[in-house]
Amino acid sequence: MSVNATPAGAQVSAEAERPTTTVPTQRGGRRKPPLSENKRAERRLGWLLCAPAALVMVAVTAYPIIYSVWLSLQRYDLRFPDQREFIGLENYVTVLTNEFWWTAFGVTALITVVTVAVELVLGMGLALIMHRTLVGRGLVRTSALIPYGIVTVVAAFSWRYAWTPGTGYLADLFSDGAPLTERASSLAIIMLAEIWKTTPFMALLLMAGLALVPEDLLKAASTDGATSWQKFTKVMLPVMKPAILVALLFRTLDAFRVFDNIFVLTAGGNETSSVSMLAYNNLIRGLNLGIGSTMSVLIFITVAIIAFVFVKLFGTAAPGSDDGERR
Amino acid sequence: MADIVLDKVSKSFPDGTVAVQDVDLEIADGEFVILVGPSGCGKSTTLNMIAGLEDISSGELRIGGQRVNDKAPRDRDIAMVFQSYALYPNMTVRENMAFPLRLAKLDKETINAKVDEAAKVLELVPLLDRKPANLSGGQRQRVAMGRAIVRQPKAFLMDEPLSNLDAKLRVQMRTVVSRLQKQLGTTTVYVTHDQTEAMTLGDRVVIMRGGAIQQVGPPQELYDHPRNLFVAGFIGSPSMNFLHAAVQDGSLHTALGEVPLGDRVRRELEAADAPRELILGVRPEHFEDAELVDEDTRRRGLEFEAPVEIVESMGSDKYVYFTVEGERASAAELEELAADAGAGDFAGTGGNLVTRLSAESPVAEGQSRRVWFNLEKIHLFDPTNGRNLTLHEGRSAGALAD
Ligand SMILES: Nc1ncnc2c1ncn2[C@@H]1O[C@H](COP(=O)(O)OP(=O)(O)O)[C@@H](O)[C@H]1O
Ligand SMILES: [Mg+2]
Repeated sequence: MSVNATPAGAQVSAEAERPTTTVPTQRGGRRKPPLSENKRAERRLGWLLCAPAALVMVAVTAYPIIYSVWLSLQRYDLRFPDQREFIGLENYVTVLTNEFWWTAFGVTALITVVTVAVELVLGMGLALIMHRTLVGRGLVRTSALIPYGIVTVVAAFSWRYAWTPGTGYLADLFSDGAPLTERASSLAIIMLAEIWKTTPFMALLLMAGLALVPEDLLKAASTDGATSWQKFTKVMLPVMKPAILVALLFRTLDAFRVFDNIFVLTAGGNETSSVSMLAYNNLIRGLNLGIGSTMSVLIFITVAIIAFVFVKLFGTAAPGSDDGERR
Repeated sequence: MADIVLDKVSKSFPDGTVAVQDVDLEIADGEFVILVGPSGCGKSTTLNMIAGLEDISSGELRIGGQRVNDKAPRDRDIAMVFQSYALYPNMTVRENMAFPLRLAKLDKETINAKVDEAAKVLELVPLLDRKPANLSGGQRQRVAMGRAIVRQPKAFLMDEPLSNLDAKLRVQMRTVVSRLQKQLGTTTVYVTHDQTEAMTLGDRVVIMRGGAIQQVGPPQELYDHPRNLFVAGFIGSPSMNFLHAAVQDGSLHTALGEVPLGDRVRRELEAADAPRELILGVRPEHFEDAELVDEDTRRRGLEFEAPVEIVESMGSDKYVYFTVEGERASAAELEELAADAGAGDFAGTGGNLVTRLSAESPVAEGQSRRVWFNLEKIHLFDPTNGRNLTLHEGRSAGALAD
């Protein structure tokens, strides 16, 4: 279970190496239109190398995406198949003016923000512990990863039983009612389950980032008079920024699509539905392909926007790259 | 500014490695001391202990008369320069240099003034707004120095600060470091594995091997009066020639002929436990073309004839490589030195004799040549413990002394 074997780890180190090796030339290349012969050949090679992966991705994902966009532009309810017709953006108007959608959107956003924030803090702590541990490092890492290794649905069920009065140890311990039947406590439990499950993943990604901080840099900071906290905030965090952004991106996208835990814990009751849950209910339960597809497309767009914002942030995040500030 | 005293300082790592052993060293206020030795001999560990980056296992460290064993690096008021420069990649040159001052909570104007001054000294003014990634190696190195000097610390600690630079830049920066240290008069401990740097930079040089100090002294003294085989082989470039020598009837049999011995060395060799085999050490410049040596001088040395292998003319003098037959000198120290220098560089033990002859010598490759060497300048070492037998009260007097 090596850290660097994770795709994120690979991306992290690629981010870190970029500035020292190729950035200056690349920068020149991007700004000034006439590319040298070499540069152009290099760029062509880059495209060629990406091509197979890109083709497979397009082949696998393009059809369903286009198809769901197509469906979202139609009135198409399997219960009333004869009423199928092209209605343009009407479905979007319906969804975007619907309070259930916005409630679900709010719940999803809340879960995303809270869980990712808490996971970042806890994951960082865990990463620091794992990074510092000298003896039994393997054991510490393995045990920290256990929650991530358990199938989400199985873990969700164990949380559900734990919080069910009568059968569950947690329900009896912390409350007299049934926490999964009230909105606030349900949401808290959903978030708890999410955090418990994915903090190890966050920790792993962050640990890959910690490995990027050169030992000498911390030594230099020590002799420069930094306290441990100052070393962390002024030296480690800036150097780790790309790794942190990768971790945040992965987790944010994941968290925004939260489904399993809600499905098992509350089934969306008491206004605890996420957008994925809502889309699922409309598509599979309600058999309303038009509305369901519209929601899917909206989720897709939101996720794309999140990804776009993060990728924009990466641009200036790589250590040493100062594209933004250069005259 | 302060003196630094290491009192029987040792360091053993949790895995059992003893990196530094009973190091005693007194560094005076304002002194420039070089720690030199092959890699892995404990130089960095020693420096890190002075900085507080490594705990001291035993012994006492005093800076400015105060015991600092248990003080954190930030409370020791020392500045350190690293081989990797260790510049903060997210900060500009100005921010890098201002960092220690900002941590010390100085006000903005003072910080700016100090940074500007240091930048001027190190010719960094046009680079102040750049990030480290956009600097050359030499520039980064100067920024690292700048970050150290802005604070006016009690001492500078430098761990191979020039090792990542190319040869030419290294020589340039050497003078920069030297000038800076003289100007500021700050106590400096400088670590290097390069004996040339050690010879040219410091007031005093500390030679380390396997975690222990071998000899401490001004560069010239180490060169002229090495206490043991290791020091003799480490200092000097090209290094000293080492030859096997067998003791027989009050003289030495070597590949260069029979070396007569003076009373003092003879007495040493009469002791019951005295070695029967020795290692003869001669520096390249103590050879001379026999033709060019006058009668008077000739009597103080020994002549031999050997085939010339290579002649390298340096203009001012000639490096001439001779092939000599005979047993090779062997000792643990020599193997270590050869391993550290990389196979090719350490010629000391091969069948090759490196000599530096006057430029006037008409020596040519392929021919055989008579060469003279100065017996008053040779050293004799005990191969079992490396001790220099020609050393008397810290002075080396050659083989003939009475
Ligand atoms: N953290 C460590 N744990 C164990 N051994 C170490 C550690 N750091 C250094 N050493 C060992 O201590 C010895 C001295 O290392 P060092 O001081 O770095 O040598 P150098 O003279 O090259 O700077 C080496 O043998 C090295 O392997
Ligand atoms: Mg070192």
